[in-house]
Amino acid sequence: MTTLNQTPLYNLHLELGARMVPFAGYQMPVHYRKGTLHEHRHCRNYAGFFDISHMGQYLILGDSAASELEKLTPSDITGLAPYQQRYTVLTNDNGGIIDDIVATRLTSGLMVIVNAACKDKDFEHFKVHLTDRCHFKELNDQALFALQGPAAIAVIQKFSTTAAGLSFMHACEAEIHDVKCTISRSGYTGEDGFEISVASEQAERLARLLLAQETVEAVGLGARDSLRLEAGLCLYGHELDETITPVEAGLRWLVKKGHTTFPGAGRILAQLRQGTEKSRVGLLVESKIPVREGCIITNETGDAIGHVTSGGFSPSLGRPIAMAMLHNPAPDAGSILYARVRDHQVPVTLTELPFIPHRYKR
Amino acid sequence: MSDLPENLKYAKTHEWALLEDDNTVRVGITDFAQQELGDLVYIELPEPGRKVAAGEQCAVVESVKTASDLFSPVAGEIVAVNTALTDEPEQVNDNAYQAWIFCVKADDLSDLDSLMDAEAYGQLIEQ
Repeated sequence: MTTLNQTPLYNLHLELGARMVPFAGYQMPVHYRKGTLHEHRHCRNYAGFFDISHMGQYLILGDSAASELEKLTPSDITGLAPYQQRYTVLTNDNGGIIDDIVATRLTSGLMVIVNAACKDKDFEHFKVHLTDRCHFKELNDQALFALQGPAAIAVIQKFSTTAAGLSFMHACEAEIHDVKCTISRSGYTGEDGFEISVASEQAERLARLLLAQETVEAVGLGARDSLRLEAGLCLYGHELDETITPVEAGLRWLVKKGHTTFPGAGRILAQLRQGTEKSRVGLLVESKIPVREGCIITNETGDAIGHVTSGGFSPSLGRPIAMAMLHNPAPDAGSILYARVRDHQVPVTLTELPFIPHRYKR
Repeated sequence: MSDLPENLKYAKTHEWALLEDDNTVRVGITDFAQQELGDLVYIELPEPGRKVAAGEQCAVVESVKTASDLFSPVAGEIVAVNTALTDEPEQVNDNAYQAWIFCVKADDLSDLDSLMDAEAYGQLIEQ
């Protein structure tokens, strides 16, 4: 049995009554005392504090850092202004997705945040494909937090006017009570909010400071998942994997016009011109029965036309919701389809994503 | 760890069973089980009148994260289901020993002998 890693906030999670579960090689809080539904609603109404220190943080340094990373993604990385961020994907030669990542332009190069479960393969991928025109390293002693929700801005305003002045997908260097950190206006809940990268040794101090604010409560992985599902955002291993292209995943917007030299460009650019065999959709469940990952979706005549990639209960809507990958031509929004759950044919309405409008501060 | 009611019998699949009059066995899930599952959002109840074998899957409890099967601790006929849980599955989170899920009229009460008492179940969940 492999031992699980702990984030710098491990003891704080226990103190807060977290239920810890193994996740991507880490012991992580799935929820705290009041439970996932409460945490979810708290984040939508006030501010949620998330420990996301399990995620990988890399630096790609040198003058050629941006052009080197751009060769591995379909996106515009060289066009990023200093301290601007971009959500993108690393693609393989078939156009499938190795990981979804966020790249931030720094003065000295790029900071890249990757999924915890993909850290090792991303590291290998960078090692093989980044040339010696840049150098990269993992930031092992760095924690990462997210502060998400409508009250997040007022909290940040108290500590850093620079950070409070950021617009969505921009970052700055800041100090919160003498703790140096990199703060970006970003997140993965659909809410306005911030992500804060801080040295591990200062992590607990900063976390306690943020959690001491009246509007802030700790939120675990359970609500992190239901929040991102309501926001219609992709989760690696569910909506994204090595066989799914960004176009199929509904991420065609991240392809830079005129960029033709990234891995899998042939297939991805052809899909942009000709369409795809499958596409990602949202489903509103017309029943109390949760429709979960793996459920087969059928049309009115009973033909299987796809499967659920993520599904669960939406605390904001008070009903189950799901995302699915359907064969094209997918039915129009508003169409009634069916999800097979045990011996039930659960009716679902195909709907536009996101389920809950994004509230980013652009 | 919360105290386990001494008057209940416990299954290794985390149901509790309470023998009542007329060979009726009331069934729910343990407090340990509801804590493991987290916030419940849906409970699929069995059809009243259904015949079940001991250990047969006959209900489903679904939390935000996962779906978990419930098994009848005894063979018999489903004679009542707690329909209040359809709209308020959170009652199970609030009080797992009050929020019963179904009642089975047992064919043979000796099925209860294979269940654990509070002490044995307490040891199981300590592990």
